[in-house]
Amino acid sequence: MNKIQNKKWAYIINFIGICILFSLLMILFNSGILGTSTNYVKGILTTACYTIIMVASLNLLTGFMGEFSLGHAGFMSVGAYSSAIITNMLVDKGIPDIILFVIALIVGGFAAAITGTLVGIPALRLRGDYLAIVTIAFAEIIRVAFTNFAITGGGRTMSGITKLSKFSWCFWVMVICVTFMYMYVRSRFGRTVIAIREDYIASAASGINVTFYKVLTFTISAFFAGVAGAMYAHYMTAMIPTNFSFMYSAEFLTEVIIGGTGSLTGSIMGAIFLSALPELMRDFSNYRMLAYSVVLLLVMIFKPSGIFGTYEFSLTGALSRLFHKKEKGKGGAADE
Amino acid sequence: MSYVINIFRKIGVGMALFIQSLVNGLNQGAIYALIALGYTMVYGIIRMINFAHGDFIMVGSYTLFYTIPLMIRTGMPPWMAVFIAIGVCIIVGVSVEVIAYRPVRKAGSMTALITALAMSLFLENLAMVVFGANPKSVTAIFNLPALNFLGAKLQVKYLITLGIGLVIMIALQLFVKYTKLGKGMRAVPQDKQAATLMGIKVNNIITITFAIGSALAAVAALMYCSTYPRATTDMGSMMGLKAFIAAVLGGIGSIPGAMIGGLIVGLVEILVKVYVAPSWYEAITYSLLIIVLIVKPTGILGKNIGEKV
Amino acid sequence: MNKAEQSVLKVAHLGIAFGGLKAVNDFNIEIGKSELYGLIGPNGAGKTTVFNLLTGVYEPTEGAIFLNGEKMNGKKTHQMVQAGIARTFQNIRLFKKMTALENVKVAMNMSMKYSLGSAIFRLPSYWKEESEVNIKAKELLEVVNLGDKADFIAENLPYGQQRRLEIARALATGMKLLLLDEPAAGMNPTETAELLDIINVIRTKFNISVLLIEHDMSLVMKICEKIQVIDYGVTIAFGTPAEIANNPKVIEAYLGKEDE
Repeated sequence: MNKIQNKKWAYIINFIGICILFSLLMILFNSGILGTSTNYVKGILTTACYTIIMVASLNLLTGFMGEFSLGHAGFMSVGAYSSAIITNMLVDKGIPDIILFVIALIVGGFAAAITGTLVGIPALRLRGDYLAIVTIAFAEIIRVAFTNFAITGGGRTMSGITKLSKFSWCFWVMVICVTFMYMYVRSRFGRTVIAIREDYIASAASGINVTFYKVLTFTISAFFAGVAGAMYAHYMTAMIPTNFSFMYSAEFLTEVIIGGTGSLTGSIMGAIFLSALPELMRDFSNYRMLAYSVVLLLVMIFKPSGIFGTYEFSLTGALSRLFHKKEKGKGGAADE
Repeated sequence: MSYVINIFRKIGVGMALFIQSLVNGLNQGAIYALIALGYTMVYGIIRMINFAHGDFIMVGSYTLFYTIPLMIRTGMPPWMAVFIAIGVCIIVGVSVEVIAYRPVRKAGSMTALITALAMSLFLENLAMVVFGANPKSVTAIFNLPALNFLGAKLQVKYLITLGIGLVIMIALQLFVKYTKLGKGMRAVPQDKQAATLMGIKVNNIITITFAIGSALAAVAALMYCSTYPRATTDMGSMMGLKAFIAAVLGGIGSIPGAMIGGLIVGLVEILVKVYVAPSWYEAITYSLLIIVLIVKPTGILGKNIGEKV
Repeated sequence: MNKAEQSVLKVAHLGIAFGGLKAVNDFNIEIGKSELYGLIGPNGAGKTTVFNLLTGVYEPTEGAIFLNGEKMNGKKTHQMVQAGIARTFQNIRLFKKMTALENVKVAMNMSMKYSLGSAIFRLPSYWKEESEVNIKAKELLEVVNLGDKADFIAENLPYGQQRRLEIARALATGMKLLLLDEPAAGMNPTETAELLDIINVIRTKFNISVLLIEHDMSLVMKICEKIQVIDYGVTIAFGTPAEIANNPKVIEAYLGKEDE
């Protein structure tokens, strides 16, 4: 029972840590230290928020389930377009922005989750490289569909989407999404999924319905990609189906791999780093993807598990190491 | 009377369109087939989807862009440029294999797949930096007339493409079946260790496979550029994907399968474009892949590879 | 007829053909409650194929499998396991990167009921079931003498311990019939002796039936109540260890194959 109490405390401490981080960011923005670039930095951080959700949700598949999706941007686009259509319909109805935002996220998430299930049921009969190829194919079909539908702009830019994605809202949505994913991974569901990654034959021989858990995880991953898509749409306010191309999917996968497959910490760091990088490298935008691919190649050759491997940062662990240097930090303490 | 003539004329026009589409489809299909051969051979030997294979065509096309004018200036026939393209593609293909793929070969299929993907991204973005984002228009390679057949205008170069595709496929099949090297190529995927014990140099075989695949990509680049005289940095990835679909459709690892798959994909694409829904044809191609993989993952001519319990 | 209801496993005329080749043909066996049977035969005789048929890896082309009187043909592996048949593998299949404890917990998943919502919101049912499973999994590790290895990563355990961990994982499914595929393969005599003890303990403690494939004749002769011998997919002998040891057909089947 003591262990459980410890875990619950760890959750509270982590929550406080996140609140402190949020307050610091808010103080930073409101104090005017950043001057004219306040909005610019906020923009980068908002981008980082939905990128984190995308990368973490892709890591559920790649890191924990051990399967590829090279079409994650496809699910993102489903979330983006469906939520944009809904908010366009509701925008003049006098609904407060925050509620409209939540509706957008939920609609985006569920639309993508439904798509995820529909794609997952046939696709997940395949494994490895074949599955990877099929996810590209599905994403391309989704893209072609959005290019053809009139309601999604009929191949042209869909613009005039209400700007709802404020940084402070996106921050908390990101925190909630990542927490949910973390809780999923550290539960019987996550344990099962990792077992399937390790050996699907042995999993079945342990009474696990492999297909069910794979489709479930795929659906959850798509759900969060849809939420991220909704944030994207209401941040960008304009989009075109080609935004969600294979290259965008490949970028997310790159971030997962470099950060570390099987580490949500790695996903977060990877996403933040790679969201900030293009801004820092504006003048060298041609070299950006080149640099990604070189880093990816180096990681594959020298450390295939990614920079963070399966390591998860633990605030409680870090604190206890800080205060009681003698006490050995026990591995596996709950945190994100 | 004029009513009947009208019907016949309509049938005639319809026939002409159909024949023309058929030839266009076969041309497109032969290009896919040539690329698919590269995928199939590499997958057959090391069980890895070489994502960068599509980009070899891009490399080939840019080489043609620079070398065709050179050929014309020196008074040689433009298609001779393909030999330089073959050389460049082989160098690129073999370097990719030796530098990036060989170190990760034992690390598992996931690592191999990501490495291939990274290599593809690398080549594309390197091309972006070197050649710029604007498409380059490749000088015409064949200046051949169009034939008139039952009212249909047939491009002779399309027929050449189809012919070359068939010849290469047959040659490759004979090579794999009857030469020592070809036998080695068939032995390695069966059992690497046993092949080594039999005195087969596994690494050499794999390198040669990459070289052949890359050379075929260069030929495919020539065919592609004679149909669509443009080189872009991202031309490889989507064409590669469709060629891969062709390889899977025909049965991965099978040389005739790649040819059949390529022709089917090409035909379906063109016929859907002309007759069904022009803006949906890509979606149809991808659906084809999904259906094949779910109904018969081994493809038309493929063999079943299950995991032993 | 009455016996069919009493027996845990009843297999009648089971057969499978792979493209014309009959890997198993007219295989019959009936195992009662807490009985221990052995299945032996030369290499390639079809023993593992029988296991694969019993666990739904392959679907039989002929015959029927009854578990506690219920027909099991066409069920998937996980359904077979949920119905009460669990197995170990000839070439160990553990969840290599997971700890010993987690390996066992995975097999308990099917008895766990807390929902996705409970997991995500950490509701009381999550805490309750997780701690219950934790305790139960540790007990099972104790049974196979791995109590002190709970937090070890599976792939880092020595070979013999990995085999025992596989048994603990199979036990965790709460099965009635345990299929052991060459559990003593690659073990030294001390490890084999320990394994023997464990098999006896779990039989009495959990009241389960065991079907065992084994090459180690001394082990088979020592613990099996009945032995069935197959060769080329066909049963050539059935009886007590003493009967089998003197059966000329069995001796013939094994002659010249002792070097394997």
